[in-house]
Amino acid sequence: MPAYLARRLVQSALILLGVSIITFLLLHFLPADPARMVAGRTASAAQVEQVRQQLGLDQPIWTQYGRYLWKLVQGDLGRSYLQRTQVTELIAARLPATALLMLGAILCELLIGVTLGAFAAARRGTAADQAVMVGALVFVSTPQFVIALTLLYVFAYWLGWFPIGGFGDFKHLVLPAVTLGLLGGGWYARVTRSSVIEVLRQDFVRTARAKGLDRWRIVLVHVLPNAALPVIAMIGIDIGYFMSGIVVVESVFGWPGIGQLTWQAIQQIDIPIIMGVTLVSACAIVLGNLIADLVAPFIDPRIKLR
Amino acid sequence: MSRYLLPLAAAFALTSFAAIAQEPQKGGEAIIVFKDDFDSMDPAIGYTVQSWTPIKAVFDGLMDYKPGTSELEPDLAESFEISPDGKTYTFKLRQGVKFHNGREMKAADIKYSIERVCNAATQSPGAGYFTGIPGCQDMLDGKATEMSGITTPDDYTVVFQLTEPNATMLHVFALNFSFAVPKEVAEEFGQDFTHHAVGTGAYKMTEYSPGQQIVLERNPDWNRDGRPYIDKYILQFGVEPTVGVLRVQKNEADILGEIFPPAKYLEVSQDASLKDRFVTAGQLNTNYMTMNFNIKPFDDLRVRQAVNMAVNKQRLVQVLNNRGTVTGQVLPPAMAGFDPQYQGYPYDPEKAKALLAEAGLGDGFTTEIYFQNVDPWPRMAQSIQQDLAAVGIKAELRGLDLAAFIGTASKPDVPPMTLTEWYADFPDPSNFYTAILGCSGAVEGGYNWSFYCNKEIDDRTKAADAIADPARAAERIGEWRKIMADIMDKDAAWVPLFNPNRYSLRSERLQGAPEMFSDIISQPFPFDAVWIKQ
Repeated sequence: MPAYLARRLVQSALILLGVSIITFLLLHFLPADPARMVAGRTASAAQVEQVRQQLGLDQPIWTQYGRYLWKLVQGDLGRSYLQRTQVTELIAARLPATALLMLGAILCELLIGVTLGAFAAARRGTAADQAVMVGALVFVSTPQFVIALTLLYVFAYWLGWFPIGGFGDFKHLVLPAVTLGLLGGGWYARVTRSSVIEVLRQDFVRTARAKGLDRWRIVLVHVLPNAALPVIAMIGIDIGYFMSGIVVVESVFGWPGIGQLTWQAIQQIDIPIIMGVTLVSACAIVLGNLIADLVAPFIDPRIKLR
Repeated sequence: MSRYLLPLAAAFALTSFAAIAQEPQKGGEAIIVFKDDFDSMDPAIGYTVQSWTPIKAVFDGLMDYKPGTSELEPDLAESFEISPDGKTYTFKLRQGVKFHNGREMKAADIKYSIERVCNAATQSPGAGYFTGIPGCQDMLDGKATEMSGITTPDDYTVVFQLTEPNATMLHVFALNFSFAVPKEVAEEFGQDFTHHAVGTGAYKMTEYSPGQQIVLERNPDWNRDGRPYIDKYILQFGVEPTVGVLRVQKNEADILGEIFPPAKYLEVSQDASLKDRFVTAGQLNTNYMTMNFNIKPFDDLRVRQAVNMAVNKQRLVQVLNNRGTVTGQVLPPAMAGFDPQYQGYPYDPEKAKALLAEAGLGDGFTTEIYFQNVDPWPRMAQSIQQDLAAVGIKAELRGLDLAAFIGTASKPDVPPMTLTEWYADFPDPSNFYTAILGCSGAVEGGYNWSFYCNKEIDDRTKAADAIADPARAAERIGEWRKIMADIMDKDAAWVPLFNPNRYSLRSERLQGAPEMFSDIISQPFPFDAVWIKQ
């Protein structure tokens, strides 16, 4: 296990290094000139050149990257070109909101997805099963902004049950979390359904049935824990996905998460922020997968980490 | 005649009585919603429509504009004097003005604040406005640590000694870049001053949560004829403009700090129930198309005139749901020097074809139009593309994101034509010339994307701006009017397209004189001049 963990961590570090090099190069070749953006429209060509030197943008690209990496290992992501403040500070300010939305969203996905999936599996082949699966497909394939805006209009604007977007108390969390729950719940439903169906074919289920146990008791107590593994893996992927920000849903609901920051930075070509959020997202994805892999043996003892 | 006037006057008196009946109330809080984070609350850095007015609420400068007008008045200064040669500006400061940290603001703070903008380490986008004061360029070049052109004979007197007379200097002293900051706070926080902004203004910044909100609270020491009224402003970030409109409609927010979302325009402007809360106003903005003098065939006056006559601006504005007014001149209507009589080139495709034939381009030619690839620019480009095709000019469309667009447009030999706009920083015609039509802007990295440089015009603008005596302002503006007419009539340097309107929708409780919501200096309104109905 320690050897496995060490190997995975080294792998992760290499992945992150690769991500940073690729992002750095791609951003470098954009036709935008950060020095001019910083210097402003009243600046003379000489002033722009001066700002370029101050930002170190006159150096060869590998020198620039080397400097970036050196600062990075010291925990310094640089300063935003536009806001002039520390990128770490800007990202840190966004993390609580992102984490909260992630928790809410995953909870909703599990609630919706696992319930429906288990139900459909137990009623396999019936009209109810088909209805659930078609419903799941509809939600999975609906664009995020359609569900987000519909919920916002109906429950916040017309009915006034929830605030029209924003961040603060529990009421603010409900609509964005439910939106993501509906969108992602469909995937969970499908995965849960097929996993449950597979477990239902196992011998121990037949034994349980033979003992005369109630069907729902079998599904809840004996089948679901054994069918959980693919769901856990999905949660791992979801952690990475949500921590890297959900641009559309965050925008519609005015949720101050990483996704909003990313989208703003891309529009403004604020390169230090783009670099920062890309790395944070990559970290989240790598970590999410790692966590899912590490948890697996606890769910299913047959899995060994080597 | 007086017989007709009397009832009119009575009616007018009645309406103004109704207005007076609504006395401003003190107290309450207002929520303003914004799409993105601010660039900065630091007056040396902040340079976007969004942060411009909030900075004015927290900081003050020597000069300011009367709320709802573009009329200058002394602010931190009590009085000022301009020497007969127009080169020396002497300001007497108000006494007893305090920074939000309790320390008294003195002459040295004014000097420090402007030196901070000229300090290369600050990387201020406003430094260019002060290079006419000796020492600023030296500080930018790292050759000086203070500006010799600013002296402080005593604690309440500041003297600026300019190299040349400059009629726009009083506007410059009202720009955010010259606002007073306390040295001890600015130096303590350096580039993070934006999160710890301390000024002398009507509002103190009490919270800055990046990505979420800024809270401004009324400064009890600040009073200008009873203003400000509102106790607290909450500036919320991350609100999509369309969602922001919903919130204002439901009175969950008071106004948008953004440009009104085009997608909501038709619905809101036609909603009778919102009529009293919806304001249409002008702004210091002209949308125009450049034609690059460096690239053939745009070096030929006849071709530039032909393009001017080929574009159907009326239809262009219709394409944008009439969210603007067609124009044939450089200056926007809200700007001194705008000529209401001036028509410019008429829409006349036949004449355009004749001019092209005269220039030896009877068979037309192929060219490119560069623009920003966000609405409404692509729609405008398509409309113009059709117009040009009708006279035989085949224009290919090149839409780019903003940063790439600016980067490409400012290359002297790349863009034959660009679609763009200009917002003035202050209400003076020179602010619509130097960067975008003057020779100094016609360089790589500049903003004069026609790369138009007429030395004679340049000299005339310098002569006009040397008329620094406020008593001769009308004469100076008259000269600017002629210059702007010549730029179009003799050189056809641009195709002026239209002046976009500004729209604002406010909550039911947010009150104020109508001119506050159409203020061209402070958008969406001057923070100290509106109030909340309790």
